[in-house]
Amino acid sequence: MSTSLDSGPLPQAPATALRQRLAELRGPSAAPHPLDARALAALAANPGCKRRALLDGAGVDKAALARALGSPATFGQSQFAFMRGNAFEARVKADGGTELLRLLGVADPHGAVVPDLTAAGPEGRAARTALALREATGAGAWTLLDHPMLALEVAGSPAYLEPDAVVVHPDGRWTVVEIKSFPMVDGSADASKVGAAARQAAVYVLALERVAALTKDASVDHSVLLVCPKDFSNLPTASAVDVRKQLSVTRRQLARLTRVEEIASALPDGVCFDVESCSSGELASAVESVPSTYAPECLSACELAFHCRERARTAGAVESLGRAVRGELGGLTGVAEVLSAARGEWGDPADPTVAALRRAARLRAEALGAGALGTQAPGTAAREDAVAGRGTA
Amino acid sequence: MSLISTLARLEAVESGRAQPLATVRHRHLSPRPLVFVPLTTAGEAGAPLGALVGTDRESPRLLAVAQPRDRELRFAFLAELAETLLPYLDGYADDVEPAERNETDPETGKRVKVEVELCADAPQLIVPSRPGVDFVRLLGRSMRFRRTAEQDPDSPYPAPPRVPLLGRWLTHYGERARVPGSSLLLAMTDLLGRHWATGQSHLEDKHLGALLAWIAPPEGASGAEAALRAEVERDRGGQLVCPPAGPATDPAFDNKLLAPAMELYDRARQALAAAEDGAAADEQLARLTSAEREIRALLRGVLRPTWDAVWDGIDLVRELPEGPHVADRWTRDRWSFTGHRDRVRAGEPPQPRRDDAVSAAQKLAARETAQAQLEAQEALDDPLVLAGRRLAGEAFVGVVTDVVMAWSESKRPSPRPLLTVRTDDGPHLGVGVKAYRSLDGKPQCAEFVRYEEDGAIVLRLLDRMGRSRDPAEGSVPEAGESVAWTLFEHEQRGGPKLPEPEDTPWTHGGPPRTDAAESADAVTPEDLL
Amino acid sequence: MTGTVIPLFDPASEAARATAAILEDTLHGDARGVVVDSPPGAGKSTLVVRAALELASAGRPLMVVAQTNAQVDDLVLRLAEKEPELPVGRLHSNDADPYDKALDGLPNVRKSAKAGELDGLDVVISTAAKWAHVKGVDPWRHAIVDEAYQMRSDALLAVAGLFERALFVGDPGQLDPFSVVGAEQWAGLSYDPSASAVSTLLAHNPELPQHRLPVSWRLPASAAPLVSGAFYPYTPFRSGTGAGDRRLAFGVPSDGSGPDRVLDEAAESGWGLLELPARHTPRTDPEAVRAVALVVRRLLDRGGASVSERSPDPVPLTADRLAVGTAHRDQAAAVRAALAELGVAGVTVDTANRLQGREFDVTVVLHPLSGRPDATAFHLETGRLCVLASRHRQACVVVCRAGVSELLDEHPSTEPVQLGVTVKFPDGWEANHAVLSHLEEHRVVWAP
Repeated sequence: MSTSLDSGPLPQAPATALRQRLAELRGPSAAPHPLDARALAALAANPGCKRRALLDGAGVDKAALARALGSPATFGQSQFAFMRGNAFEARVKADGGTELLRLLGVADPHGAVVPDLTAAGPEGRAARTALALREATGAGAWTLLDHPMLALEVAGSPAYLEPDAVVVHPDGRWTVVEIKSFPMVDGSADASKVGAAARQAAVYVLALERVAALTKDASVDHSVLLVCPKDFSNLPTASAVDVRKQLSVTRRQLARLTRVEEIASALPDGVCFDVESCSSGELASAVESVPSTYAPECLSACELAFHCRERARTAGAVESLGRAVRGELGGLTGVAEVLSAARGEWGDPADPTVAALRRAARLRAEALGAGALGTQAPGTAAREDAVAGRGTA
Repeated sequence: MSLISTLARLEAVESGRAQPLATVRHRHLSPRPLVFVPLTTAGEAGAPLGALVGTDRESPRLLAVAQPRDRELRFAFLAELAETLLPYLDGYADDVEPAERNETDPETGKRVKVEVELCADAPQLIVPSRPGVDFVRLLGRSMRFRRTAEQDPDSPYPAPPRVPLLGRWLTHYGERARVPGSSLLLAMTDLLGRHWATGQSHLEDKHLGALLAWIAPPEGASGAEAALRAEVERDRGGQLVCPPAGPATDPAFDNKLLAPAMELYDRARQALAAAEDGAAADEQLARLTSAEREIRALLRGVLRPTWDAVWDGIDLVRELPEGPHVADRWTRDRWSFTGHRDRVRAGEPPQPRRDDAVSAAQKLAARETAQAQLEAQEALDDPLVLAGRRLAGEAFVGVVTDVVMAWSESKRPSPRPLLTVRTDDGPHLGVGVKAYRSLDGKPQCAEFVRYEEDGAIVLRLLDRMGRSRDPAEGSVPEAGESVAWTLFEHEQRGGPKLPEPEDTPWTHGGPPRTDAAESADAVTPEDLL
Repeated sequence: MTGTVIPLFDPASEAARATAAILEDTLHGDARGVVVDSPPGAGKSTLVVRAALELASAGRPLMVVAQTNAQVDDLVLRLAEKEPELPVGRLHSNDADPYDKALDGLPNVRKSAKAGELDGLDVVISTAAKWAHVKGVDPWRHAIVDEAYQMRSDALLAVAGLFERALFVGDPGQLDPFSVVGAEQWAGLSYDPSASAVSTLLAHNPELPQHRLPVSWRLPASAAPLVSGAFYPYTPFRSGTGAGDRRLAFGVPSDGSGPDRVLDEAAESGWGLLELPARHTPRTDPEAVRAVALVVRRLLDRGGASVSERSPDPVPLTADRLAVGTAHRDQAAAVRAALAELGVAGVTVDTANRLQGREFDVTVVLHPLSGRPDATAFHLETGRLCVLASRHRQACVVVCRAGVSELLDEHPSTEPVQLGVTVKFPDGWEANHAVLSHLEEHRVVWAP
């Protein structure tokens, strides 16, 4: 249903106009903040947020924006984790990637080809990668592409993506390899980390499919190979991860990014997110002019989250307590509104939300006033219940 | 989230302070818990960095690893941890009371009562947060298959003597923590979150500092302000004033403070190894000692706020009166502790890497029973929990307005009185639905008969009225009495007995292999990356 | 989504061929298990009864495992209807009213709470929960496990020692079994106790013959392609009836109201979407609940009659041929109250969980996502929507507030991934979207 990304490049003229508009929003001097696979995968965390879609689509550096707004993001990476990640990847790929290919089930990993992919600039590297993929597919031999470069059009501009590795099978199948330094202990791993890795890998699969469509006899594996340290050692182990679901999610999210144009056109004139030339007040009102849908999950997925949380709290929005909170509140969205409805100061008692709130408030007040329940004598139940195990003591 | 707890969160937003979610304490709190605040090395699997541990708030024991990538130093840490934790655990092993347990006689196959020991109390571990519980589990897993020199003289990297044993205990505690309502191993954030609703989301409640800030904000500050400070406030050096409760550290701490200190330590160690004479060695040794002291000071600095926060949490929770059924659940924890003590003493091997089909099914069944029991007991112990069940239509409180005597139609008629109950609650009643009330601590059962035209509920009382034709004194509520009824049962029946593992059926892969004993994890000479 | 007509497809002979192959494997094959996937209304119960009778007549005593007491009683009644002479045992619990009183009228059905008292009968039937307590008996040579996809792996573990070989029958598209406590630590294990019995069985015995009933006799030609495409993307099935075989007509013409227009649309096309104005509401959205009740009321008032392959004459659409499906119990209760207010009695109103396995002429469904401010995994679960969209023989009317497609669009997709767990298809999002986009072709916009 959301296959627009597979159906060839977008028409040229509107893309240029959009690119122009987004560049204005970003500010004349600011280079677009490159979107990597992680950032693209993170779009799925809150697809309803127009603010994030626009800022990402325009390539605004959200971390810098958040700093300028006075609510800096708290993301950072420990150099220990960074070093270990690099060391592990180097170990996995050492010796012409023999270990890696062995994990894929290659009988004679020493015979594999590892083409040189160096070229000038991302565009050059992407072209070099496409050529290497074509050659490898035609060659009918195992080929390991170490840090290939892939291009994917996002909101009218190319995003360059760099998977850890892509392996070309002799039958023309391409498999994305994702190397992570979290462990697989006894065959299982942290499910949220695997999920994030799968979403990231799906972006690569999507980008590869664009190349494969233009390559004879090529196909892209919808399972990726996730390589992690085994148990508590530095030895690699691997697991195939089916990313078909993540792939369709990514397709959907990228298709949505084309709506950036709509969002941009709805903005008042003169809105700009340039941290160099705008005051923090100007930036704040620029950010405010794009609607957001803050949820606490944003705190671990978006640089602007502390700012949006502050705004949501100031506005008294119930979402600041979590997405699930709204489930039973129907059309009520404000903290004060809900509380006054619960207290009977406001609202239509025939509205089931209001009625339920009043009942909840009454029951809660009654329980807090009651202290302990008079009709129960549960202490004896505890004794009785434990008889099976307690014996005569 | 139920509407009642949503309301509590909204009230917390408005008042700037956390609001109660319980009127009693629903978890056991040992008079002498052991608090364990561990830190791990970023990016490494189960490579501890340091910990504060102990039973005395005023004198925590600091354990530190100056260079986590050094296997020897990690082993030293684990050995020290074992020397701290095992005596605490052992301290509860020998104070026992006699008890009986049902067992199946292997010869006759009959259920018989066996005299056994039950530890009179059990050791309780408290960690700051849920990732701390996971870390206990991970530490347990990383240690229990290690081989000591005594177990395996050929082991290239023998573990210190008591480390595998500690691994088994931590594994047991980690596994027990998955049983609903158990209290052998608790996360302080869970403990606080069970009893208070803050004005922020569940996700934000995972931050121990922010959670405590809502429950007990400093004088003059609102919970929201205090929580924000706990989350983001940094000192002039860019370090968080309230460091993360671990086991993960703040990247800024790693990069700005810890990494340089470790580099100094590494250099001093190299220089010491290269020292050519006694004087130089002494000098380098002094440098090494000072570098190590520096790392220890850094770790103590980021651990101490969390340590204090956990004890503040303990104080807060201790103020709540204990729920009446908590002791019952703690007894089960004591059985769990005693059972593992017995397995260790009997020389059984460490817990396997993965459960076999029968053990997995047994654990799942036991946890589902524990969950149902916990929900029922909390509602019986706490009117605020009961209020949530009433709102959900799973319980109701009503006044008995009429009692009509009736009897069963058997040869020896038993009393089956009809009660008319008037309530403002909206229970999900229907044909055949049963309701239970607590009578002298035991559940008394009634069945729904009909609604009267004015909406009153007619129930037929079914049991606990004695053996005579007339109900025993006090066993039938009187008109005018207010009674709490639940639509859920108060006690849980255990599930069916599953086959023995050696009888695992073909649908589940047949009996598990017994020839392949769990071997130690693979090790490489270079274990650092 | 509309199916292309393959002229050579003869549903009856396709179904017969599938059934013959299943019986051949069951009676004469040497595999210990046979698995049969049965989409909604594909004749699962008929197959179970037939297999039981053939095994019994071949002199092979058999145990039957079903999941609920209602299913057990239903099977006993069906068996007795087909073969009144067959000695059948109904093993039941010790609770009060443990079985359907209708069983007391069957002379050859013996009821007992003790398996020993049913020894020697040709067929003994009970729930998985009760079978699990049966110990110390000689294993049966044969078993039939019904609703095997709704059975949990640990429940199969408890009973599998009672039989040597078994026929497993079920619908993979309905609601999966679940656990009230976390079971993540076993995810990816072949015998994960919280997984379905079939997934464990096939993980350990991948060589077992697997069959599929290819024809839905319940779903009309208007519904089978949508349900098959949206919920069974890799195992398609077809309707047993053709486009003109079923018809729904009303004696009373439309009054032009929303409910009447959506009924006309549903009578015409098999589907109707009554779309109310977008609004965030509580679960028991009074307007939507009342709209559901009004549709039912008008359905009865307008003298609906259905024509089907079962009878050449139109059959009046009475209350017992109708059902209302909801996601939550409180919604069902609200609909019941609204129906009572409109003076409607006798219409089944229940949640998806309780409608599993049931069949009606017309269903009215309150869309699980209607009016919701947020979509949760519960509301997106494919099995829930599949059950609600596949109970009808004639037509299905869905009542929903506008805005669900936006809600789906805004739903975050950041699920954790467990290593080694087979990804289940279809994805809830995709399935919901497929159903919604089909329904939009049959939309009647109405502001009550």
